[in-house]
Amino acid sequence: MIRMRKAFDVTTLPGFTFIAITAFVLLYAPIVTLVIYSFNGGNSVNLWGGFSLKWYAEAAGNEAVQGAAVRSFIIAVSASGIATTVATMAALGTTRRGKFKGQTAIYIMINQPLMVPEIVTAVALLIFFSSIKIATGYTGLGYLIIAHAAFCVPFAYLPIRARLEGMDLTMETAAADLYATPWQTFRYVTLPILMPGVIAGAMLAFVISLDDVIITEFVKSAGQDTLPTYMLGQLRRALTPEVNAISTALLALTVVILTAFFLITRKRD
Amino acid sequence: MSGPGRSKAANGWLLSAPALLLLLVAASGPLLIVAVYSFLEKGDYSGVRWILSGEAWFRVLFERDIFDGTVSLADANLSIFWRSVKLSLATTFITFALGLPTAWFIATRPPKARAVWLFLITIPFWTNLLIRTFAIMEVIRNQGLLNTFLINLGVISEPIQILYTDTAVLIGMAYVYLPLMVLPLFAAIDRFDFKLIEAGYDLYATRWRILRSVVLPIIKPGIVAGCILVFVPSLGAYVTPRVLGGGKNMMIGNFIELQFGQGQNWPLGAALSMVLLVIVMGALLIYTRVSSRDDPHA
Repeated sequence: MIRMRKAFDVTTLPGFTFIAITAFVLLYAPIVTLVIYSFNGGNSVNLWGGFSLKWYAEAAGNEAVQGAAVRSFIIAVSASGIATTVATMAALGTTRRGKFKGQTAIYIMINQPLMVPEIVTAVALLIFFSSIKIATGYTGLGYLIIAHAAFCVPFAYLPIRARLEGMDLTMETAAADLYATPWQTFRYVTLPILMPGVIAGAMLAFVISLDDVIITEFVKSAGQDTLPTYMLGQLRRALTPEVNAISTALLALTVVILTAFFLITRKRD
Repeated sequence: MSGPGRSKAANGWLLSAPALLLLLVAASGPLLIVAVYSFLEKGDYSGVRWILSGEAWFRVLFERDIFDGTVSLADANLSIFWRSVKLSLATTFITFALGLPTAWFIATRPPKARAVWLFLITIPFWTNLLIRTFAIMEVIRNQGLLNTFLINLGVISEPIQILYTDTAVLIGMAYVYLPLMVLPLFAAIDRFDFKLIEAGYDLYATRWRILRSVVLPIIKPGIVAGCILVFVPSLGAYVTPRVLGGGKNMMIGNFIELQFGQGQNWPLGAALSMVLLVIVMGALLIYTRVSSRDDPHA
């Protein structure tokens, strides 16, 4: 039986496996090269000068990088926190209780950041926030946090909604039968079951915020570089080894968060 | 609980209100301002003067000679539009050619291995676009991996200038958007019933015939989704052409940015943003039409 399948496997198409492997190699070769060269001890990005962590030390000691890292972190934590909170509420309001009037409008609104080209949103926010900056005189990180929170909403919403759609209402009904108040039902029944979805949504929102370049570039005031805009600003003819090191650090963080995300969402199956 | 219909809607809207408010302030609302700005006169340095004007929309396609006032097509703008569309279509094509076999390969692995391969596609997908653009730049620049490799191999004696050309932008976009093509294709192939292929072979169809007449029509919604998901961000790309095109080889996204930077023509930038938005919305509309018509699972 197994032999027969091997002799004639209906799932194999000519050349497909070769192209697929090539695609994986093409996807990973540049990233792996970037990572390897971030450990380069030499002063040039072209020549290998032995393994060293000196560019990491250099980046960590650079005040501009420290400032950008702290800013990136503050923005990502605040924005993903806000986005996850409002997305959880919206997901509770738009699932499990049947269709209602205007639901499609809410979906469209929530998914808007996925549809509108980022450069257009960036320009729109530049226009809007620059007039508010002039009117109020406030130029703090608030603008970046609000802008990030907005485009993170769909990324937080989708996993939470997916989790909710897999839950029926029996647990909540049972709680209500036992005289739990709606708040108690939510706090002790719905939320604990929903938690993996909420955490998954928050993690995606965090990664999306941490990675943003375009909107940040347009909304930030002077001296508000985040790590990505700092790296873009450093760009010359070739990458500096320092940017290489920051890239690798960010890449490692993304992989860690993603692995956690997959482990959390996998449990549910 | 109280009456069903009305309270359900009220509850839904009430719970969604904070999200909608946030999106209204920092996404939808500002878009309306862009639409308004595109009909205003440009300010002396930046910003706008609050005078109604069609000048920005006129300047999207045409230009007026500063001496005799004759109107002609704005060649510079047209070439930027054309480059954007051409590069985006080419990116879509390349990613499809590579993405279909890749998605097929992943979908036909045994379950455990499939999860691993899928994860390997997801990592680049979630990795910072800027970092991936940097990575591909390191490969194609003159002293980069590719040229060094080819020179050591003896294929070429001088490095090929790829960086800061349209080819570089194309390679870069195909590289960064490939996962966006693979994921929806995988979702479609994953649901594909492989018994149909057996049936095809039983009827003496060739492999090519099976791919063309059985597989492709059934996974069409996934193909359309993948193509839209690659085409739309390619058309609005900003980071990749800026880094790999080196400022010369602009696409619409960079051209828009220019109007808010050195160009100092906010109404023109606003009008160009609207043009880009309309094209993207058109593509998405085609997608929803096609997927609702063809998708038996919808």
